[in-house]
Amino acid sequence: MKYDIILAGVGGQGILSIAFVIDNAALAEGLFFKQAEVHGMSQRGGAVQSHLRLADGHIYSDLIPIGQADMILSVEPLETLRYFEFLKPDGAVVSSSTPYTNISDYPVLEEVFREIKKAPVHVLIDSEKLAREAGSIRAQNMVMLGAASIFLPLKEDSLKKYIEVLFEKRGTQIVQTNLRAFDLGRQAARG
Amino acid sequence: MEKIVLLGDEAVALAAVQAGLTAAYSYPGTPASEIMEYLIRNSDGGRKYTAKWCVNEKVACEEALGVSFAGKRALVSFKHVGLNVAADPFINSAITGANGGLVVVVADDPGMHSSQDEQDSRYHADFARILCLEPASHQEAYDMTREAFDLSEKFRLPVMIRLVTRLAHSRSSVQTSAAREQNKDLPYGTWQDWTLLPGNARRRFRILLDRQNDLQEYSENTGYNQLVLNPAAGRRGVVVSGIAYNYFKEVAASLPAEPSYLKISTYPFPGAKLRRLVEQVDELLVIEEGYPFIERFLRGVTGIPGKLIRGKMDGSLPASGELTPDLVARALGLPERIGLKTGDFRLANRPPQLCVGCPHADTYKALNEALRDFPRPVVFSDIGCYTLGALPPYNAIQTCVCMGASVSMAKGGAEAGIHPSVAVIGDSTFAHSGLTPLLDAVFSNSDLTVIILDNGTVAMTGAQPSFGTGEPLDRLLAGLGVDPNHLRVIVPLPRNHQENVKVIKEELSHHGLSVIIARRECIQIVGEKKRS
Repeated sequence: MKYDIILAGVGGQGILSIAFVIDNAALAEGLFFKQAEVHGMSQRGGAVQSHLRLADGHIYSDLIPIGQADMILSVEPLETLRYFEFLKPDGAVVSSSTPYTNISDYPVLEEVFREIKKAPVHVLIDSEKLAREAGSIRAQNMVMLGAASIFLPLKEDSLKKYIEVLFEKRGTQIVQTNLRAFDLGRQAARG
Repeated sequence: MEKIVLLGDEAVALAAVQAGLTAAYSYPGTPASEIMEYLIRNSDGGRKYTAKWCVNEKVACEEALGVSFAGKRALVSFKHVGLNVAADPFINSAITGANGGLVVVVADDPGMHSSQDEQDSRYHADFARILCLEPASHQEAYDMTREAFDLSEKFRLPVMIRLVTRLAHSRSSVQTSAAREQNKDLPYGTWQDWTLLPGNARRRFRILLDRQNDLQEYSENTGYNQLVLNPAAGRRGVVVSGIAYNYFKEVAASLPAEPSYLKISTYPFPGAKLRRLVEQVDELLVIEEGYPFIERFLRGVTGIPGKLIRGKMDGSLPASGELTPDLVARALGLPERIGLKTGDFRLANRPPQLCVGCPHADTYKALNEALRDFPRPVVFSDIGCYTLGALPPYNAIQTCVCMGASVSMAKGGAEAGIHPSVAVIGDSTFAHSGLTPLLDAVFSNSDLTVIILDNGTVAMTGAQPSFGTGEPLDRLLAGLGVDPNHLRVIVPLPRNHQENVKVIKEELSHHGLSVIIARRECIQIVGEKKRS
């Protein structure tokens, strides 16, 4: 078994938190993983991505080859498209539909959606609305993780356990908000 | 022992701790910062071992050398260009030699994700004539760092660990081994070895040269350098080093048979093993991250008669940028893989930018307006978040070269007739390398305006502490001899815009040295404080 994921978003949206949860859940389930991330200058409101690879055996490359990703998981719709070439022809796109418009030449949103829908398997989630419903607009990353969880080769409980671990220092209220965000994302993806 | 999740940087840091580290020093710089972050986080407030950010890399390297002199184990870490700053103590530490184990970790940044060049630190190790270990995986980063301390004490030389961004900032699980105590009984270094008067230095250099045979012998025998011969796969062989090994193994599985290969993980590289591989093949592909370091040695001036050598120097692989599994696949003759296409949809770029509410943005707006009436002003800048002022909408700076260069270049520019000649430098960069050029400018009362962007932190690399901020910075500047009439403080906020423009204009028209401190806390720190 191997499962390759491109995580995408804008610096500050918390894609490394998504990675933390998946990494640790994978390790707890006895899987191998490698996860290449972006630090430094790009984190300042720029495009950020992380290559996250899961397998039941040794993983060599930290980077996913073109055309081999099983999933693009993105917290921002334009960022979803940036990594399309990494996706397998039958790979899944799990994308937020909430744009992050910190650039002046952001394309027409409907056109972005139209492109995303060209992927044979795609799920578009209004992460802002669901995060707000869960209690914090900052929880959009966990909404998206919840949506992706229906495809991931990981148990729902393992993922939730590490959401708790990730947020426990910030108090029970924030843990609950993020768990709710995960649930709402998961429900929305099931449709 | 347990399996734990670590960044490549953290695997190095944990290994150092478990190898009996007494003290570690560093200056922040991507992709090396997380080594010291981890060390500080796990030092129990410095009770387990010393772990400190230093004012710059040269100082960090010298402090580590002092620890080694004392017979204890020391680690110094920085990014590749940080090694340039530390080059003086680094090169000379090979002449003094190490007493307690001394490990120098350098994180290179091929592809320049967060750097101004992609220099390859293996050249520095070669230049200093010391051992360099280059891990391919997290486990190797851990194991090699553990071993590096032993090797340093065995050969009595500093040992370099070379990382690259993809390993430094990749996360995976690592199997740890039992921790070792700190050194207790090693005597101090002897003055004859450590006082590099010419007489001593000549003798020490001879010792360094003689030791090269031992380093070579280690390299020939270590299990990290793996020669795998597979004559059935044909007369084509591969030399791989560092993380290039991962890409090779990833894609070689798609070949009909895995070619013979030599994985090189230590330098000086294992010449005998390399010759054995060369004998087996007619064609050799060299895959390495960074410069064509091994490839150049292999080619020499005349090449190897009858053998075709391929790599970065003949275009089989790109000479710049990062390697990827796809580039390696192409060099091995595998067909191109095709992913999903976005057709002719135009993807808008999303470059990094200053945060909303960033104090630098307000300073640049005021500076741009103040400079509007001058026909040919130049703003020399420096290294930090504020380098993003080069991009729209600010278009506020014309240079960024290396730490501290803003002040010295502005002085040189002023002396070549530029007016106004402005330097823009962050508080931590100023402490790192701006003090000495400012002293130079004070001494000759040069006609330049230095703006110190004092946001109280090293923002770009993750908010490490700054050495030259707040009131101590004011005293420092006064102490350097900056004229108090031309030492001004502004608070970069939108509501202060007109007043700030006025202050900057006044100092621009002063024909002599002015220093303006633009002081407001980094907006990220303000947010972080609010959240906690």
